[in-house]
Amino acid sequence: MTPCLQLHDLSVQIRGQTLLAGVDLEIGRGELFGLIGPNGAGKSTLVKALMQLLPASGEVLLEGASLAAMNARERAQRLAYLSQDDRLQWPIRVRDLVALGRHPYRGSWWRGGQAPGASAADHAAIEQALHATDVWDLRERRSDTLSGGERARARLARVLAVEAEVLLADEPVAALDPMHQLRVMELLRARCRSGQTVVVVLHDLTLASRFCDRLLLLDQGRPVASGAVDSVLSSDNLRSVYGVRALIGEQIEGGETIRYIVPWALARDA
Amino acid sequence: MSDSTARGEPTLDDTDAPISGDAITGARNSSGPSTGGPGTDGASISRPSTSRADISRPGPGAALLARVPRAGALPLSLALLLLLLALSLLSLRFGAAPLTIDEVVAGLFGSGPESHQLIVQQIRLPRVALAWLVGMALGMSGAALQGLLRNPLAEPGLLGISSSAGLGAVLTLYFGLSAINDWTLPAVAMLFALIATLFLYGLARAGSSNLTLILAGVAVSALASALTSLALNLAPNPYDVQDIVLWLLGSISDRSFADVRLVLPFVVVGLALLLTAAPALEVIALGEAEATSLGVNLPRLRILVIVGTALSVGACVAVTGAIGFVGLVVPHMLRRFVQYRSGQLLLPSALGGAVLVLAADITLRLIDTPKELQLGVVTALVGAPFFLALVLRSRRDML
Repeated sequence: MTPCLQLHDLSVQIRGQTLLAGVDLEIGRGELFGLIGPNGAGKSTLVKALMQLLPASGEVLLEGASLAAMNARERAQRLAYLSQDDRLQWPIRVRDLVALGRHPYRGSWWRGGQAPGASAADHAAIEQALHATDVWDLRERRSDTLSGGERARARLARVLAVEAEVLLADEPVAALDPMHQLRVMELLRARCRSGQTVVVVLHDLTLASRFCDRLLLLDQGRPVASGAVDSVLSSDNLRSVYGVRALIGEQIEGGETIRYIVPWALARDA
Repeated sequence: MSDSTARGEPTLDDTDAPISGDAITGARNSSGPSTGGPGTDGASISRPSTSRADISRPGPGAALLARVPRAGALPLSLALLLLLLALSLLSLRFGAAPLTIDEVVAGLFGSGPESHQLIVQQIRLPRVALAWLVGMALGMSGAALQGLLRNPLAEPGLLGISSSAGLGAVLTLYFGLSAINDWTLPAVAMLFALIATLFLYGLARAGSSNLTLILAGVAVSALASALTSLALNLAPNPYDVQDIVLWLLGSISDRSFADVRLVLPFVVVGLALLLTAAPALEVIALGEAEATSLGVNLPRLRILVIVGTALSVGACVAVTGAIGFVGLVVPHMLRRFVQYRSGQLLLPSALGGAVLVLAADITLRLIDTPKELQLGVVTALVGAPFFLALVLRSRRDML
């Protein structure tokens, strides 16, 4: 079976500076894949290169088909992207915001197509996305009246409304309180169980350890470690890449081993 | 520790839980200190609060519905169109020889006395038609530029697009190129408008702040004015100078159907280009990266807006001179009625622009001044304080 996403030697160079160097990766269908690494490690660059938003060398295959060769509309239907930038210039209503996720399905008006959010499938997708992220009650609200956490969920709803096979989220929990961080991660987890593939950039190592199936650790544009969560999040890696000494603890709760990682102090030798 | 796992477990087991709004509301309520103590089962917390969410649902919803003005683009456009038709009729009535509605209608359809037919058809009708065209061009391109640049202060006049077109027109007159044929003047005006728009877009593209963009617009505007002044300064014939200066002030009086025919095709094509950009303009609110991820072709969108603006505004300036602030005031006033959706704003802004230009043109005819006021002067008198108010209100986000 072909993996959902295949990255072959994906590199990004901008003005002679290497932002991402030779990433090879295979991500299976239904996997929750985490990208971690310090600031400037190339996590966002990797996600953008994957989305074909940056000029990159190498190849990205979706179900065996090259993304670069795919037309923009099909790509937009199959991959959804949540950026780190949460500024909205206009205070549009939450439901209008979420409806923008249906843009890839919009017909051309000269061919009698409908506006985004107009068809029955659009309505269903929008309504489900509003419910899934708990912003249904906020749907008539202007986005400038939302709190940071509410806006993050509304933006996530916009991404879910695309109903894409692959969801790429760049720090979706950065602005959220612990409860909503867990809600969002559980939501992404549930999406994976229903067959979607999720690639998520995270800073919180405990969340990465708890929710992700596999991780890729990046440092200065280079992949340092990838694979099973426990092996990537070793204290050696945390010290050499992040320059911190982390407390890694385990606790058994209801037959399940819970692992938590608390960055505690700057590593002395780093 | 045991509390957090107890809360986490039931939802993890239940696949549906994360996509049910009630369960999430329940979890949010459960985080409050008053509901449920430590060790309470997560599922039992969510149940009472679910019903509470149900009760509270109509409350905030109804209050919000009352707060958000609810009018779509279509009803708004229809209302503006009716207003525009009414104003057009008024505009045909007023002037040196006031006519009654009956006389206007008779003159329009060629059944009245010949003098009335002449006044209505040859003098006042072109003026009304130009007001429509100029207003629509300025209103819609203002809305489109604001959407593309994600900046509420973008406007053809403020950004120097109109004055660049004016410079092109003045240079054409100065060098006598307008004698080549009728199309030379608007063509050069459009070319200059295009260059100014491209330059500003390049700046906005490079990630400049709103402030930089406005300042660059001011600079473009100043440069175009300076070069225009230079041309006037060096002009050999003082009578030409007075004509050009008056024309630069912006006016739609004493124009003929020949002028309308000159402008019409460019405005129609320009507005059509801008309208095709509407869906993508809507998505660009998310930022360029997410818009691209949704399949928006950014280069195409930019070309549509820039060429559409240059064609429609450039052609209008060539015939009417610079009429400022319409593209700033109108989209700003109408935006809330289309729920801040840039794509939906285009058509209402075009109609609103025509309403504003026509209303200003009627007003200046009603005000008794020794010499008829120029339209550009009136719109600037209304628009400049408005711009100042807008800047003062948004200075916090701007800087």
